[in-house]
Amino acid sequence: MALNKRRFDALIIGAGGAGLNAAIQLANTDARVAVVSKVFPTRSHTVAAQGGVNAALANVLPDNWHWHMFDTVKGSDYLGDQDAIEFMCREAIPTVYELEHNGVPFSRLDNGKIYQRAFGGQSQNFGGAQAARTCAAADRTGHAILHALYQQNVRARTHFFDEYFAIDLIRDDEGAILGALVLEIETGEPLLIEAKATVLATGGCGQVYRTTSNAHINTGDGTAMALRAGIPLMDMEFFQFHPTGIAGKGMLITEGVRGEGGYLINKDGERFMERYAPNAKDLASRDVVSRAIVTEVKEGRGCGPQADHVLLKVDHLGEDIVSKRLPGIRESGKIFAGVDAVHEPLPVFPTAHYVMGGIPTDPYGRVIVPQGTGEEVVPGLYAAGECACVSVHGANRLGGNSLLDILVFGRAAGLDVIDSLKEHKNHRPMNESSVEAAMARLTRWDQQGDGLSVRELRDEFRKTMEDHAGVFRTEEIMSEGVEKLKALRDKLPDVRLHDQSKVFNTARVEALELENLFDTGIAIAYSALMRRESRGAHSRPDYPSRDDGNWMKHSLYFREGDRMDYKPVRTKPLTVESFPPKERVY
Amino acid sequence: MKFLVSRYNPESDASPYMQAFDVEVSRGMMLRDALLEIKRQDESFAFRHSCGEGVCGSDGVNVNGTNKLACITPISELKEPIEIRPFPGRPIIRDLVVDMTQFYQQYKAVKPWLVRNDPMPEQEILQSPQDRDKLDGLYECIMCGCCSTACPSFWWNPEKFHGPQALLTAWRFLADSRDQATDERLDALEGPYKLFRCHTIMNCVEVCPKGLNPTKAIGHIKNLMLKNAV
Repeated sequence: MALNKRRFDALIIGAGGAGLNAAIQLANTDARVAVVSKVFPTRSHTVAAQGGVNAALANVLPDNWHWHMFDTVKGSDYLGDQDAIEFMCREAIPTVYELEHNGVPFSRLDNGKIYQRAFGGQSQNFGGAQAARTCAAADRTGHAILHALYQQNVRARTHFFDEYFAIDLIRDDEGAILGALVLEIETGEPLLIEAKATVLATGGCGQVYRTTSNAHINTGDGTAMALRAGIPLMDMEFFQFHPTGIAGKGMLITEGVRGEGGYLINKDGERFMERYAPNAKDLASRDVVSRAIVTEVKEGRGCGPQADHVLLKVDHLGEDIVSKRLPGIRESGKIFAGVDAVHEPLPVFPTAHYVMGGIPTDPYGRVIVPQGTGEEVVPGLYAAGECACVSVHGANRLGGNSLLDILVFGRAAGLDVIDSLKEHKNHRPMNESSVEAAMARLTRWDQQGDGLSVRELRDEFRKTMEDHAGVFRTEEIMSEGVEKLKALRDKLPDVRLHDQSKVFNTARVEALELENLFDTGIAIAYSALMRRESRGAHSRPDYPSRDDGNWMKHSLYFREGDRMDYKPVRTKPLTVESFPPKERVY
Repeated sequence: MKFLVSRYNPESDASPYMQAFDVEVSRGMMLRDALLEIKRQDESFAFRHSCGEGVCGSDGVNVNGTNKLACITPISELKEPIEIRPFPGRPIIRDLVVDMTQFYQQYKAVKPWLVRNDPMPEQEILQSPQDRDKLDGLYECIMCGCCSTACPSFWWNPEKFHGPQALLTAWRFLADSRDQATDERLDALEGPYKLFRCHTIMNCVEVCPKGLNPTKAIGHIKNLMLKNAV
């Protein structure tokens, strides 16, 4: 049967904040834009973001983008690219106003301006007093933003392919990207979407770990597609474990709880963050707080019968503040921990939350790869949001900078696609062999007979990732992990799909996701093994210090041959002086 | 614990049937965990789900006759045997997966976006905390569809009656002090069906997993219409 084909000017894969903010730029022009999403757009994981989005609006306390930039550079442990960070922090301000104009129901101050709260790692005047930079819609900011962006795309008549799963990118022999092969989940039929520009906006990959705040859908689809198209992934060893997941479950309790005045205690009731970060205390950077919690538990000061978590105290804030500013958290605490935060502290432990690394791009969202001694743009390919690495988060992301990243760079990618369409009026010729390769990835799952199940291999993989590429990272633990992961990867061809039906076959989708988890997870484990220093979220007891002499550089992992390469950090901002590396204390 | 689950694969089944599964339940288990366990036993079992914490709105199902969001429904609250069916009144695609096209069309029909005619200010459009409070209980909707697919008026007239979800959304924009399309929005809701097919049966209020009140929102719209007509 002939393969169905559709043609658009631009194809956006993923309908979270990055994809929808790219799409709305394009939809407001006369470009033909298609958005492919494996779930209905408002199910995308942006919906779960709680605390807010950073912008130096100075609505509550004095602020400016330059201070925001300093905090982000410091938070990144000096691995973030300072040109991209300057761009993001400047763009933050108009971006948040644009969101508000688009209908986002931000919480308000008495003077009618957008409410802003304190978050970790924020300071006034380059490391001074705590700032309040996080614009919030109660503790449902991601939900409010995602719905507003979807609504604006409905207004602009963006063409949505809801519940279509992207299988692989299609590229020609020069490496230009021509679109993607996708699977209509409802019918099980493949569809080839040709586009002059393709934007990967597929979000994160927290499902590579067993305990995660991430949704079932966060399986690293875009990062894996990029790897299979020969594109390296950058800085994948930097994976953020959020300090406050609900213990044993992983659901997130926003940093906004601590921003509103909540704090952590151990079994002795001690406010232990005072020992680890005497100034910022509970609002130290996320990597610092996560390590502190893990240390408390390891040293026997954990709470509960298993002494395996700490407590987040909120009850002193009073019912008014909790109901007004943190209603969703109160609800989650009741449902998942059986605790009403107004009366009792919440049991928490770090949970796999966010990948700082991703597909390397420039500040316009264009994907860039090494070429000779320099770099070049991959024609026709963009990436934005958590699947991309610009890099603004470096070795550790600050709370409130993730919604900002997806919005700023989703928008930037959309605008650059508009520019590129002016130059590229025609589609490039299709490349049949690339289509066949993508089809082979799909039809491979038509093989019948006995074999391992997707579930067995997925469970083993996620456990191995958690044990060997999680918070504890020594040479021994990680090299054993990489060997185990490679052995598991060798078993992938033996996995069989027992359900061969076509209509809404979620088992088939999960099989395709399993391959993506493997490609993305191994990039994390391998990059982590190779980096012999501690920086940001990457903490190695055997190399406890940051080593700027040898390691102030970005890693690049290539799938073919599990090869590593490195490139320098861009320390020169666009217009201001560079922030030189300093010791990072909070 | 015994679970009875509705199964239907259009490639092999003439009509839906119930299949029994035994699932070992543990303390704090949610209905979604049980559905995942059933999928571990039989990978051909299909249902939608994602965030697992009640914000993405993917996993609405009918449990013992009531629409619920599986990921925030504790097993301990349910009577055995637990019968799980797809949302009533929607075409079944497979197992618990239903076709929600009409539900989304009704949502789009109320023009669910903020309309401003004035030029945009350079900064935010100002809104008092009191005006912002009017959006509480409205903007939190996750579009799971529990309400509309529990509504008899929506069962009978899904193509003409907007249904509680879309009407809650309509009021969310009417109630927003920043929105400037009040008259157009109200005009568009005129006629015997779109709004007025609501007979205040209030199933929507009972089932909303986020504790929202579409019936009240519909009442507000009717009052505003009346006020504007005078």
